[in-house]
Amino acid sequence: MIAAIKKHWNRTLDARWTLPAGLAVGMVLAFAIPHFGLLNNYVQLVLIYVGINIILATSLNLVNGYMGEFSLAHAGFMAVGAYSSALLTMKVLPVAAYPALFHLAILAGGLITALLGLLVALPSFKVRGDYLAIVTLAFLMIVKSALENIDAIGGPRGISGIPRLTTLPWVFCWTTALVWLIRNFVYSCYGRGVLAIREDEIASELMSVNTRRVKVLAFMLSAFCAGIAGALFAHLLQFISPRVFDVVKTTEILIMVYLGGIASIGGSILGATLYTVMLELLRPSTVAGLLSWLPAVVFDPLDHYFIRHLGVLRMIIMPLALVLVMLFWPRGILGLREFRGFIPQRDRRSHGTAPLRRTNTHAAADSL
Amino acid sequence: MTQPGIYWLQQILNALQLGSIYALIALGYSMVYGILTMINFAHGDVFMVGAFLCFLAATVLKLPFVLTLLLTMSAAAGLGVLIERLAYKPLRHAPRVSAIITALGVGLFLENLTLAFYPYPQHVPPLLHNVTWRLGGVAFSSLQLIVISLSLTLMLVLDYVVRRTSVGVAMRAISWDKTFVPLMGVPVNLIISITFAIGAGLAGAAGTMYSLAYPVIDPYMGIMVGWKAFIAAVVGGIGTIRGAVIGAFILGGVEIMVVALLPSTYRDLVVFSLLLTLIVIRPHGILGAPRVQKV
Amino acid sequence: MKKQLSVFLNLLVVSAAIALVGCGARAPKEAAIKIGVIVELTGDMPAVGASSRHAAELAVAAVNHAGGVTVAGKRYRIDLVLEDNAAKPDQSAAVANKLITQDEVIAIVGPNASLGAIPAAEIAEANHTLLITPWSTNPKTTMNTASGAPKRYVFRACFTDPFEGRVLAGFITGQLKARRAAVLYDVASEAPKSQAELFRQTFEKLGGSVVAFETYTTGDRDFSAQLTKIQSANPDVIFLPAYYNDVGLIAQQARRQGLNQTLIGSDAWSSPELVKLAQGSVEGAYFANHYAADIATPTAREFIAAYQQKYGKTPDDVAALTYDAMGLLFQALKTAVAPEREAVRNGMAAITGYPGVTGDIRFAPGSGDPVKSAVIMQVKSGQFAWVTNAVP
Repeated sequence: MIAAIKKHWNRTLDARWTLPAGLAVGMVLAFAIPHFGLLNNYVQLVLIYVGINIILATSLNLVNGYMGEFSLAHAGFMAVGAYSSALLTMKVLPVAAYPALFHLAILAGGLITALLGLLVALPSFKVRGDYLAIVTLAFLMIVKSALENIDAIGGPRGISGIPRLTTLPWVFCWTTALVWLIRNFVYSCYGRGVLAIREDEIASELMSVNTRRVKVLAFMLSAFCAGIAGALFAHLLQFISPRVFDVVKTTEILIMVYLGGIASIGGSILGATLYTVMLELLRPSTVAGLLSWLPAVVFDPLDHYFIRHLGVLRMIIMPLALVLVMLFWPRGILGLREFRGFIPQRDRRSHGTAPLRRTNTHAAADSL
Repeated sequence: MTQPGIYWLQQILNALQLGSIYALIALGYSMVYGILTMINFAHGDVFMVGAFLCFLAATVLKLPFVLTLLLTMSAAAGLGVLIERLAYKPLRHAPRVSAIITALGVGLFLENLTLAFYPYPQHVPPLLHNVTWRLGGVAFSSLQLIVISLSLTLMLVLDYVVRRTSVGVAMRAISWDKTFVPLMGVPVNLIISITFAIGAGLAGAAGTMYSLAYPVIDPYMGIMVGWKAFIAAVVGGIGTIRGAVIGAFILGGVEIMVVALLPSTYRDLVVFSLLLTLIVIRPHGILGAPRVQKV
Repeated sequence: MKKQLSVFLNLLVVSAAIALVGCGARAPKEAAIKIGVIVELTGDMPAVGASSRHAAELAVAAVNHAGGVTVAGKRYRIDLVLEDNAAKPDQSAAVANKLITQDEVIAIVGPNASLGAIPAAEIAEANHTLLITPWSTNPKTTMNTASGAPKRYVFRACFTDPFEGRVLAGFITGQLKARRAAVLYDVASEAPKSQAELFRQTFEKLGGSVVAFETYTTGDRDFSAQLTKIQSANPDVIFLPAYYNDVGLIAQQARRQGLNQTLIGSDAWSSPELVKLAQGSVEGAYFANHYAADIATPTAREFIAAYQQKYGKTPDDVAALTYDAMGLLFQALKTAVAPEREAVRNGMAAITGYPGVTGDIRFAPGSGDPVKSAVIMQVKSGQFAWVTNAVP
């Protein structure tokens, strides 16, 4: 029975109409939900967060998972994208008159961040592994410190009053576009170059992979996507400040990536969704609501000792759950595997979704 | 107006104190990295737990300084071994990144657990009587001197252990080659646990001394100190003990000197730019040896 | 593949969870009014959240004990929906949204830190729901940045940064006759930074000179370098608009280094934890506060006693302001024509002279900022003693 379902599932995914149909359904839903109010504002907001986090996780996975580096600069990229796009929509572009200019601002924010990604890529030519981690951490601190010191863009007060231009349909469009972009990059020759660098950089250099160009492209693409995510974030919250984009934020994105699975786009999507939803689900009133059907005899002590303290307990449960997941799935839930729908036709048979055999591939990925 | 010489002398003392505390924590990072090639991101939080243990020992048990220090060091060592056994040992054959993320998770867990008990910052009662001497305008506080000398003593003891004792030899052997050393009859698991115990014990000592020097503690104090000590260990050359100490004193020195010379708002900016440059110039840290890579 | 199936099932579970969450909780159908409270229980200021939570729960317990609140002739019990925003703006926005759309609260109290208060205020304003922040001193919280006009639905219970900076500068030049001041503040924190800058502006306008303007970053513990610099600049007073946990460290290190100048602080000093953390090093220091416990009104004394009895510690400024914010909300409910959001908002705007723990509070017409006076206090023998009042 399971085998039959599996076979049918695989056949559906292999069909040519699956992807466009899925996208069309998603698009319709993304427009219908806010327009008809099918889900309340809070759930819509959570969906938007999920979208933004998917962009962040997938772009970080490109550098950390596929390329095997350990980059900690992602929150810095997000910050640059957020600030530059916010300044553009508030000071330069007449968004009130032409709302479509919002997307120009997002693109510009992404491009400016990509330039920063270029800067981060440069040290990576000489420096690898944990040392690159320090370099990227230093970048993050420098960006944060610079933002705090430049009073013209608000300093520690940040920027408030950013126009609220991010909506569910736009987030859906940008998320799909960027995931598609990253997925195409990964399965292109540059993507193979990225994997080659992870496996063995010197050998791939010898095999005529232009490691410098590949690294630069990977970092720039990753930064570009993070910048766009930052721009969407800024225009959602209407307020940004340097405190938001610190090491803790990078740690959150890292957790999403490694939880979902390294070197896996489906994994990043899963990780981002799980993390965002779990964080919101574990709120006292939500849990109380979900468990309200329990008889009072069970519910009342549960509420008194557990649910009421979920505000603090939440942050104890989440890391514990993370550690448990890591103990059972060391490479993340979908680590090094991929959701069949993302793999291009020509790769399906060789890539597959079966656990990779313990060849050299594993050895190199293990030395990350 | 104090004379420039005096001013610099004072700043140098400040740098030494800050550096020695960073050094005690950086040593833990370096030792664990040397033996397991793993960055133990929970280390900064073990330091924080050490400070809270010192607080408990001083307020609830009302112990004198030496006993508090010993108790904190042993309890922290125990915590380190516990974390290693529960969270890191099962992942020893898994990719390095999963151990790193697990370490981050353990760190978050420790922070928020402490927060659940102590949301308010706590004051650690002074365990040592502080005497301030003034010599020609420079204020020497006995506390500063004790922190510096105690840290240096612990570092020297560690150096002796690593170079002269059989445990130390075993630790160095394991960091060179993990596959063949067990065949020589070395109990790898035990040595690894001892390494974690020593590293965590040093972090506990750092926590105690930190609470003496800066008596206000809160659950999040380990984050920045932990990241800075990690940077110090890497700058000095991660995996080497001497490197960790040198890196820590450099970091402490640079932090203090930047504030002394430039407007203090630029401190983080300048410190991290300098570190960036240093790493790019010497990608393996100051005392680190590049790993030979076979193609 | 097994993994495929598990992925699919995961997604199914996740979407089901979202749907369930979307359906919303079934509220008990009794005569109760829900008030949402957003506090920083986790994140980098758990002490603020803990105090605020204690005060909110105390206020609600007191009101319910007295029989609840009467709105338009009908008695209602007050239900508290307390949520954590982890001192982060994105969680603040999410929680504000949730409280308004899912939990259907009538008004929101909090968040405390401006970092969270500003995004929550935007959401409240967009959804026409009253939000009152006990502790956020950033002027932007109650202001519409685009138009420059005050927001309609956002109020605060405390005075703003600009006011405080002016008050302290005036006090120092006037009463302490100081001419040279040094300032040490947290560059990464917006309240201390704006207080520091406003202090400098006012102090220099009044003829003084700021001889040292040093900074540190949130989380720093070692201030020896900055203090040494301040020492060599030889000021008369040192202005420290820092949170009380930082003050403990800075003051002790300053005294240890031989800096014996008078210290001046902001309202963030006014926690009873200050003396516990700083011990003798803040003896003789002056700071601005919302209320003085030793000349406290009967309302304030009652509150302090009740708080001490229930939680075993003296309430700090966050607790006192949260208690007042709740009290203002109850007052607004009492005068509202119906238990609805718009009516409650109008009730709040119409408050003229609410006798709060932190003094008499009233809102200037059309503004969400209260008209309040500040007090200058001094630390004498480990206690806070009132020195003088400062009116706006």
